[in-house]
Amino acid sequence: MSKALLYDATLCIDCKQCEAACAEKNKLRYDDAVVAEDRQSEHKFTVVLNKNDKYMRRLCMNCAEPACASVCPVAALRKTPAGPVIYEASRCMGCRYCMVACPFGVPKYEWNKLAPRVQKCTMCSDRVEAGEPTACAAICPTGATKFGERDELILEAQQRLRNDPGKYVNHIYGLNEVGGTSVLLLSSVPFEEFGYRTDLTRDPLPLFTYRVLSRIPDFIPLGGVVLGGVWWITHRREEVAAAEGETANKVFYPRNPDRRTK
Amino acid sequence: MKIKLTFWKLVFFFIMASAVYATYVRFAKGLGPSTNLSDQFPWGIWIGFDVLCGVMLAAGGFTLTAAVHILNIKRLHPIVRPTVLTAFLGYLLVCVALMFDLGKPYNIWHPLIMRNPHSVMFEVAYCVMLYTAVLALEFSPIVLERFNLHKPLKVVRAALIPLVICGVILSTLHQSSLGTLYLIMPEKLHPFWYTPLLPVFFFLSAIAVGLAMTIFESSMSSKHFGQQLELPIIQELGRVLLVVLAVYGILRFEDLLHRGVLKLLFQPGYETYLFWLELVLALILPLILLTQKRIRTTAGGLYVIAVLVVLGFITNRLNVSITGLESSAGMRYIPKWTELAITAAIIAGGFALFGLATKYLPIFSTAEQPTLEEPETAVSAGSLSYDGD
Ligand code: SF4
Ligand code: SF4
Ligand code: SF4
Repeated sequence: MSKALLYDATLCIDCKQCEAACAEKNKLRYDDAVVAEDRQSEHKFTVVLNKNDKYMRRLCMNCAEPACASVCPVAALRKTPAGPVIYEASRCMGCRYCMVACPFGVPKYEWNKLAPRVQKCTMCSDRVEAGEPTACAAICPTGATKFGERDELILEAQQRLRNDPGKYVNHIYGLNEVGGTSVLLLSSVPFEEFGYRTDLTRDPLPLFTYRVLSRIPDFIPLGGVVLGGVWWITHRREEVAAAEGETANKVFYPRNPDRRTK
Repeated sequence: MKIKLTFWKLVFFFIMASAVYATYVRFAKGLGPSTNLSDQFPWGIWIGFDVLCGVMLAAGGFTLTAAVHILNIKRLHPIVRPTVLTAFLGYLLVCVALMFDLGKPYNIWHPLIMRNPHSVMFEVAYCVMLYTAVLALEFSPIVLERFNLHKPLKVVRAALIPLVICGVILSTLHQSSLGTLYLIMPEKLHPFWYTPLLPVFFFLSAIAVGLAMTIFESSMSSKHFGQQLELPIIQELGRVLLVVLAVYGILRFEDLLHRGVLKLLFQPGYETYLFWLELVLALILPLILLTQKRIRTTAGGLYVIAVLVVLGFITNRLNVSITGLESSAGMRYIPKWTELAITAAIIAGGFALFGLATKYLPIFSTAEQPTLEEPETAVSAGSLSYDGD
């Protein structure tokens, strides 16, 4: 049931209509200055990069098991069953752990505002819920950005790789990275050229902290009993020692050390 | 004495004045203009120093209450109060720092009602909140005593052991969890510092620093307030410190060995230098000094060792939170003056509050009877014998 985007760089013509549609959808400024910017920022959620006439989009990968949502202490970021990773500004307290944790460096912050929000592509979650494609996919004139069921898009991507192995790098980016993402990428040049790391783990990142966190419920009662037990033993020993001290001149061990105060 | 005090007062007022202006910039203009933080580098010294190091420096509180009240090491009793005081002030100051660092500080209470138990930050928030409350209660007898409020005093004393146990559990959890925070970024944090053992290292180093801070405070208070701990107590702390550091050192070495990072240690580079700085300050020098009996047994020697350990582990925390993340961020982060001013003011405030507290509250009471535990034992022993009759 999970939706996804498939971006095929070999079909892209760098028309930047996806950028414009994204800006419009998210009510962001999109003038010549913004067009020229080649970085994601708090006012530009997606960017089409151009390197020697090879293109590549960057946007939030809307991970299957997003690090950003897993670390957010107030659950301001959330993965919806339909695919998008959404953000609720009213919950956010601005700790910026999501920014530190995201393996793709996606979340951006409104550094110059007094009530700053985290900003990122949320995969047009309202449109997706309504059964429509994302704004970028709807406008793309060449089909380079395609919206659909994740499973079907994966099959299609595999098909394209099989049919034209010479044209592509043999890798569907996002199929396995950090446990899979809802944005899948195909390219004819290595992904690193555009800042996509290919050495990322295949394990979902939340696992790395969950392995430790999941021990806590066991630790609390255990810790309590151990500490209480140690307290009991050390203080018991002391009572015994005190009693022994009192009867030091006698040879036998006192039967009931508690009665020492009498 | 008078002149010296005036000099320090001048420094203090200078720091506070710049912090007032920095506070204005922070809350009138926002995080962007008041810090060198950016999308590439969202956490700076307010997290790296004020929070990570602040919590670590306050670790003496749980270490010593555990040693005295749980392990029943009576000799250490006289230092429980100053360390609980430090811990309490430390956590209050961490909360102050958070008010600066959070983008929306007025939402700081949100974790109370908006839960995400999968988040390490959520767990840390809860532990810190609860532990600050525990510390307030552990500290309260001192204030209650000062104002002769016997009824509440009795209640707190009766609950002391459960309180201490809660405190130790909560501390163990959040001290280690500050390390767990960084487990989510295996690709971002430099291999010198990224290890699955981060929580263990954070916990052990917190204990080491807790001990070192206690030694350090004792010397400070002997200089400035004419109160100090007896040498045998400090020597004992030194011995425990040696053991903790040795355990930490061995674990750290084995971890580097098993992850195959040892060979990186001799490749010159920015991270390598800072890694060695941390290692020399926190482990190598203190371990060498601590194994020398002549140094380990003198107050001056122990003071130097304590300072080294504290500085070393501050370097460690800053390495984890800043140095180790710089190359993956592709930039160097240097704090802005405003960030430094706030941090300096928080440190200065800590010293000032500590000084005030020792002046007006029975912290270093030489007559040791109005302590946390002794009346409690006396009461329980009394009641025991009474029951026995
Ligand atoms: S790419 Fe980053 S911000 Fe987007 S869902 Fe994944 S972890 Fe979250
Ligand atoms: S900055 Fe906001 S959205 Fe990001 S982790 Fe913190 S509370 Fe959650
Ligand atoms: S709209 Fe389509 S073709 Fe145009 S830049 Fe975006 S992805 Fe490429």
